[in-house]
Amino acid sequence: MTYLTLFLSFFQIGLFSFGGGYAAMPLIQHQVIDLHHWLTIKEFSDLVTISQMTPGPIAINAATFVGLRIAGPLGAAAATIGCVFPSCVIVTIIAYFYMKYRHMDMLQKVLNTLRPAVIALIASAGLTIIVSAFWGEGQAVSLNGIDGSMAVIFAICLFLMLKKKTNPIVVMVLAGVLRTVQGLFF
Amino acid sequence: MKKKEISRPKDRKLLIQLFAATFYLSAFTFGGGYVIITLMQKKFVDEYHWIDEEEMFDLTAIAQSAPGPIAVNGAIVAGYKLAGIPGVLVSVTGAVLPPFFIIALVSVFYQAFRQNKIIALMLEGMQAGVGAVIAAVVIEMIQNLFHSHCQVDLAVIMAGAFLANVFFGINAVYIFLFCIVYGIGKALWEKGRGQI
Repeated sequence: MTYLTLFLSFFQIGLFSFGGGYAAMPLIQHQVIDLHHWLTIKEFSDLVTISQMTPGPIAINAATFVGLRIAGPLGAAAATIGCVFPSCVIVTIIAYFYMKYRHMDMLQKVLNTLRPAVIALIASAGLTIIVSAFWGEGQAVSLNGIDGSMAVIFAICLFLMLKKKTNPIVVMVLAGVLRTVQGLFF
Repeated sequence: MKKKEISRPKDRKLLIQLFAATFYLSAFTFGGGYVIITLMQKKFVDEYHWIDEEEMFDLTAIAQSAPGPIAVNGAIVAGYKLAGIPGVLVSVTGAVLPPFFIIALVSVFYQAFRQNKIIALMLEGMQAGVGAVIAAVVIEMIQNLFHSHCQVDLAVIMAGAFLANVFFGINAVYIFLFCIVYGIGKALWEKGRGQI
C-alpha cells in the first residue's frame, strides 16, 4: 500500500513538473510535506541543499530520499519509477509524432503560457524555505522573531548570486560556514 | 554537412554504449538539466555522430517542454531516436541509477550527520543560502521572460499563480492545468485569426 502511495505521489510530481529542476520543487513540497507529512520543512530544505550539491535531478533525488525513508529500498524504487514513468510515456509519444510530422508550434505556444506559472510556483516554494530559515519551522512570522544573522547571510548570498554571479554551490557552502562561525563563536 | 557520417547500428552494442553514455552524463553533471542537455549535444552529435545537430535542437526542445526532469527527458529522446522503445528503457535506467545510488548513500549518513552540532549549523546556514539561490534564479527567470516583449497576460498569470499558491493554497497541478488549457485556447484562437 505504501509502495503504491509513493508511486502515485511521485507519478504526479513527474507528470506536472514542467521546466525541470526547480519547477519540481513546489510539487514535491505539496506531496511530501503538506499532503503526506513524509518530511518536515527543515528536512525538505536539507534535501534541496543536498540536491544542489550532488548530480541528478531534484525529483529523482527526492524520490530516492523519501522512498528510502518511508519504505526502504523498494520504496525508493517505487517512487523513482513513479517519477520517471510519465516522462517515458509522454516524451516518447511527442518524439514519435515529431519524427513523423516535424511540427511543434502548438507545443511551444502552450509552453510559453506555462512559464510564468512555473516561475511563480518556484518563487512560492522558495518563500517557504526563506520563511523557515528566518523564523524557524512553524514559528509565527513577525518582525521581532526574525533571526537577524540568517537574514544577513541571506542578503550576502543574494548579492553574490545577482551581482557577482558566484557559483551556487560556493554560495551555499559560504552560507553554511558563516552560520557555523556565528553559531560557535558569537 | 556531417550528415553522411551518422551511423545507426541498432544492436546490443549500441544499447550498451547508450547506457554507458547516459550513466556517465548523469553521474558527473552538476548544475541541473540545462547543463546536461548541452553535454548530451556534445556527446551524441559531436563525439558519436548519432544525431545531426538540427535534429538534436528539436529533440532538446521536446525534452525541455515535456513534464519531468530535463536530464531524464533528454535521455528518453536520445534513446528513442537511436533505438526505439528499448533505447528509451536503457537510457532512462542509465540516467536514473547514479542519483539513486548517490542519494541512497547520503540518506544512510543523513541522520547521523544531522545530530552533529557543526553540521546542523552548516545545514541551517545553507537553508538561507538555498533561499538566496532560488530567489536569484526567480529574478533572472522573470527578467528573461519579459526581456524581449512584455506580454500582459503572462504577467497576470504569474501574479495570479503566485497569489493562488501562497495565499489560497491552490495546488500547482490545477494552476498548470489552467495554463495548459489557456495556452491551447490562445494558440487555436491565434491560428483562427491567421496570426501564425
